[in-house]
Parts: sequence; structure tokens; C-alpha cells
Amino acid sequence: MHCLWCNIQIIPEISWKNLFILEAAKQLCAECEEKLELLKGRQCMRCSRISDKALCADCGWWDDQTDEMDTLAFNYSIFTYNKFMEDMIAKWKYRGDYHLGNAFKERFSRSFTGKFSFLKKDVLVVPIPLSDERLSERAFNQAQMLADFLPAENKSILTRIHGEKQSKKTRYERIFTKNPFVLHESINKPVILVDDIYTTGTTLRHAARLLKDKGCPDVYAYTLIRG
Amino acid sequence: MSLPEAPPDLNNQHLVKRFSGKLLLRKEIPLDEPDFQQLLSTHSFTPIKSIHKKNFIYQCQRCGNRQRSLFAHIPCQSCKKTHLYCRNCIEMGRVMECEPLYYWSGEAPRWSRYENPCSWDGELTIVQQKAADRIVTAINNHENELLVWAVCGAGKTEMLFPGITEALRNGKRICLATPRADVVLELLPRIQAAFADVAVQGLYGGSDDKDGTAQIILATTHQLLRYKSAFDVFIIDEIDAFPYHADPSLPFAAERAKSDINTTIYLTATPRKNHKIEINRNKLAHIFVPVRFHGQPLPIPIMKICFDLKKELKSHMPPAAFLKWVKHRKNPDRQLLIFVPTISLAEKMKDNLADLLLKEGILSSKANLAAVYASDPDREEKVQLFRQKEIDVLITTTILERGVTFPSVDVAILDAGHIVFDEAALVQIAGRAGRSPEDPTGEVVFFHDGKTEAMVQAVNSIITMNKRGGMS
Repeated sequence: MHCLWCNIQIIPEISWKNLFILEAAKQLCAECEEKLELLKGRQCMRCSRISDKALCADCGWWDDQTDEMDTLAFNYSIFTYNKFMEDMIAKWKYRGDYHLGNAFKERFSRSFTGKFSFLKKDVLVVPIPLSDERLSERAFNQAQMLADFLPAENKSILTRIHGEKQSKKTRYERIFTKNPFVLHESINKPVILVDDIYTTGTTLRHAARLLKDKGCPDVYAYTLIRG
Repeated sequence: MSLPEAPPDLNNQHLVKRFSGKLLLRKEIPLDEPDFQQLLSTHSFTPIKSIHKKNFIYQCQRCGNRQRSLFAHIPCQSCKKTHLYCRNCIEMGRVMECEPLYYWSGEAPRWSRYENPCSWDGELTIVQQKAADRIVTAINNHENELLVWAVCGAGKTEMLFPGITEALRNGKRICLATPRADVVLELLPRIQAAFADVAVQGLYGGSDDKDGTAQIILATTHQLLRYKSAFDVFIIDEIDAFPYHADPSLPFAAERAKSDINTTIYLTATPRKNHKIEINRNKLAHIFVPVRFHGQPLPIPIMKICFDLKKELKSHMPPAAFLKWVKHRKNPDRQLLIFVPTISLAEKMKDNLADLLLKEGILSSKANLAAVYASDPDREEKVQLFRQKEIDVLITTTILERGVTFPSVDVAILDAGHIVFDEAALVQIAGRAGRSPEDPTGEVVFFHDGKTEAMVQAVNSIITMNKRGGMS
């Protein structure tokens, strides 16, 4: 195996643990793996951001916007958005290095089992879609790829209308954009939305709003990174 | 070839110059679909398969990559098939199996002929002139290859001017490829000044000039991946330098970027073994420039053993012998350039060294010492400060081993026996000292804990070069 990031050859060390039971092959070398930073310590219970308060200021703001409950029950993220992750996402998503996404596979599916096991089997995983234009430009949807890693039923029921890239907008523009998603079918079981990164939470809340309107009881979000 | 059917706005030299000599993906060709289809149907553009498959070996046709781990499959949503793509050159736009590469096969470009393009009014020394004449002969006789072996500080760039002038007189297109963006940045204004009336563009990752249509192109070797049959005179600077000799895609791209009849000129101060062997067997024409432009010999490195070197470096302290040497330098006014093998050592030793030098009164303040390495965001700024003598001591990794000129420095290598310091690197590093005619000497000291082959050979080759220059 070669490291997906630096292409150095990974030579697995033999230990008692892997002598008899085959382990999944490592996708990143130890040095690159170390540079990925896990979200640890006290976090906002709503959006996973590192915060001393149980509910961070941003999520408090979302709550103040409407009288009803936040459309998103909670978002769970795994990694912080450090410089290394930024470079990795740029190469994976924007340069389009599809294979690099496999570096997150093991971690992404393991944390899912731990965090969302309370939902039992009756749940639908929905990846955040790309617009058709963006999809043909990039040739793959990173959220779809992440959703495919998960041991649960996934279905792309949302469609997206083409617009400016989220990452090109300012924070204000992002929060006050129109809902870019369309949903035609109605839904009656809980949904876990999957995306690569939670930045302001607008995209996920737009999608969650639609799902709730169509009868979905609870909407959760599962993202790789809390930006 | 003429294009009778093409609309007039497509059939002009501008278009020809924009696309000839390039090898591009469709998304790198900024033309509307109907115009592009028109050019395709008149065979002005020819598509080629982007990934070649033969006997279970894949090869990316843009970067020449054959390594299996640098290919992967992608379930492509635009063609609805799962197919290969190249991961090696993905930073320059993804090459996918379902998308061809296009090269220009229409009308040939007509490059301008210049009567007297060279606006440089300096004068070459006798040795430089000899080498320059040899380059001119090679270009005129369409010789395939010529290696110019010139010691550090011989004035290689100036030696090229007569050759470039001659090429421009004959309407040839010229490329000067170097391994590093820093060097492109340093050379660009010099070449622009020397050929004021000629279009010159500098290409490197993130450069402003993107289209690369000028008659003289300065480029990092990576940028050559977008060229095919483009250059009549091809100059590769520092042929022995990383990454050129380490990354097989760069020689692949360089080979492809040459036109059918071309002259390739290699410049180096420290030829690698393969070139030395070819020279000895008379397989490779070469010209040797053994004298620096100011006529003084190269400084010969002194080796100093430090028995506790590993221990001292482990605690990020400079070796005792180094401190002793610093206190008794012959000319304490010179700036000090210190090479270390690793980035972490450069960072961690900075403070310790500053404290020690302050105590000795060699340094006036802590701000006068800095450390640089490749990924340092302030790298260019720090090097500039050192050049302007705002900083007295600079700790660096091998990034400053070549291509940079500081007028008056003493050079020290800590742990010269480390694997990163091979013979070429050591010779290059020694060549940083004594560059200016005002101060043509300088001390070079290798601090080591056991001589290595590389160190001995580096010293020997410097002595040999001085001898060949008639200075022993």
C-alpha cells in the first residue's frame, strides 16, 4: 500500500494483534494520519464545535431565529478543519482526486456506528447533492461517496438547483441565501444528512427544513469536518 | 496548412500562437463549443488518448506517470462509467480516461525574427565568451545536446545571451526551464531587461502569465507538462537538481516539449554521474567553464570533526567546534549562512544559537538571526532581508543550496555527513561563498562526526575544478 496523501510506501509492522487476524490496510501513513486532528474535549451539543458552553453562540442564534425547534436535531463531526485537512479537501473535492476520499472510510463508518446506533435500523441516510452542472464538472459527489461508506440504507432524494459555490460566499451571504434544494417525495422515518463539512450549517438546515415539511420526524447531520 | 472553412476570426496567427505547441485538456481551451468543434473538424486540433494502456501498464500521456498507486478509478458522473484517472498530475487539472488531450495540428506558428534583440550592454569575460560562442555554434548547427558545466558563480545566465540572440535572429522559440519557482522569479526581470523588445513570460505554479504564448518562456519544469513540440532551443538550468533527476515525469515532459529540430542546452555546476560518464565516453558534447566571472578560485571547504555532534544536535545546540570557529573567523564582517539537514533542527536551534551568539557579542540583537525552510510562508521575505544585510545570520535547509547569490558570506554546514548533503549539494553549498568581486573569498566549513564519501568527493572536485581553471 502507498499512502494516499504522500505516496510513501506503508510497510505494516507485524504484531501479535495482526499476526493472526488480518487488519484493514492502512490508507494513510502514520505521519499523515497524525496530522488529521480529531474534535476533542467540550463541544457544542448541537453542532460539534469545540465550545465551553453546551450550546455555542451560533446555535443559540439559530434558535432565536424561529419560535419552533431548530430543524436540525444535532450535527456530529469528526475532524477539525486544520491546514492539512484544508489541503486534503482541496485535492479531494476541488481537484477531484476521488480515490483520496477512501482515506476517511474507516473512521467515517466506525464513528457512525458509535454515534447513531440509537436510531436502530429504521433510518435513511441522505447525502447532500450537487447541482447537475457541478456534478458533471467534478465527476463525483463527495457527500455521496461518504454516504456510501456507511452501513445503512442511503438514497439521494434531494436535488439541488445550480448556484454559486458555498465556499465562494461570505458568511452573511451563505446564511441568507434561498433554499437551493427540491424534494418531491414525502418521508416518514428519521433522516441522517451526510456532507463533507459543516461551516455555518445553512446548507444542512435548508435540507432539513424541506425534509421536515415533507413529514420527516427527526433530521440529524453527520459530517466529516466541523469548519 | 490553410483552413479555408474556418471563420476568419479563428484563422489567425493569434489563435495559432495561443495553442500551437500545447497539449491541453478541453477545459484548458477557452473556446466556445461550436468554434472548438469547427477547429476539430478541420484537424486544427487533434485529440489523443489521455491514458495509454498496454500490457497491464498504464501511462498518463500528460505527465508520463506509470506508477500504479498514482492511478485510481473514478465512477464518473459525466460519462456514467467507472474509469481511470491520473493522480500524479492532478494539481494541473484532472486527466481522465474519458477525456482526450488535444494538440494543435493546424497552421504552423510564425515566430518573429529579430535583427538585434539583445539590449544587454555588459561584457563577457574571455572564458564566458568562449562558452557563449560554443552555445551559438550548437544552436546554429542544430546540435542535439550540449552540456555547459560551469562552476558556481561563473555567470551562466549571461553566457546564454549570445545564444538566445542568435536563436531570435532565426525566428526560433526558446524555453528556459528551471526546477524552482524562485529561480524563475529571479531570472524573469534579468531576461526581460536583456531582451527588451521580445515577449518574455514566466510560468510557475500561481504565476500571473497563464497562457504561455511568448517567444521566450521561462518555466518551472512542472509547467512543461502542458507543452508538446514547442521549443526550438531548450535550456534546462540545474539539470542535476531536485526534482528534475528524482521525478521521472519531468524528463518525460521536457523531452516532449522540444520541437522536431531542436538544440537542448543543459546547465550545471555539478553534473550527475550519468552525465559525467557520457562526457568521458564522448557521447555528450560539453563545454567546461572552470573560472568564476571574477577570476578567483572557488573556496575550498575545511572539514572539522565534532565528536559530540549527534548529542549536541539532539539537544538543539550548535557543536562546540562551530562556536570556536565563529569566534575566530578571518573576516567577522561577513554574514553567516548556516546549513542544517532538517527543518525541525533549523526551527529548534534558532533560539539556542541566538542566545549563544548574543553572549559572545557576535550578534547585536535576536532579530538579526532567522531560519528558513521550504514550507516557511515568510521565506522570500527573509531571504530578501538577508540579501539586504538586515539579517546577519541565516539558518537554512538545503533550499538555499543553489540559485541564490549573497555577496559576502561565510558558510557552515552542521552535520555535513547527513544523507541530504550529497556531493552535488556540498559543492553547490560551498559555491555560495565568495561570489562578489569585492569579496571573492569566503570560509566554508563542514562540521561532521566522520567524513563521508560525499564530503571527500566534494572537496576533491572543487580542487580539481580550480586546477582546471589554472589556479592551484
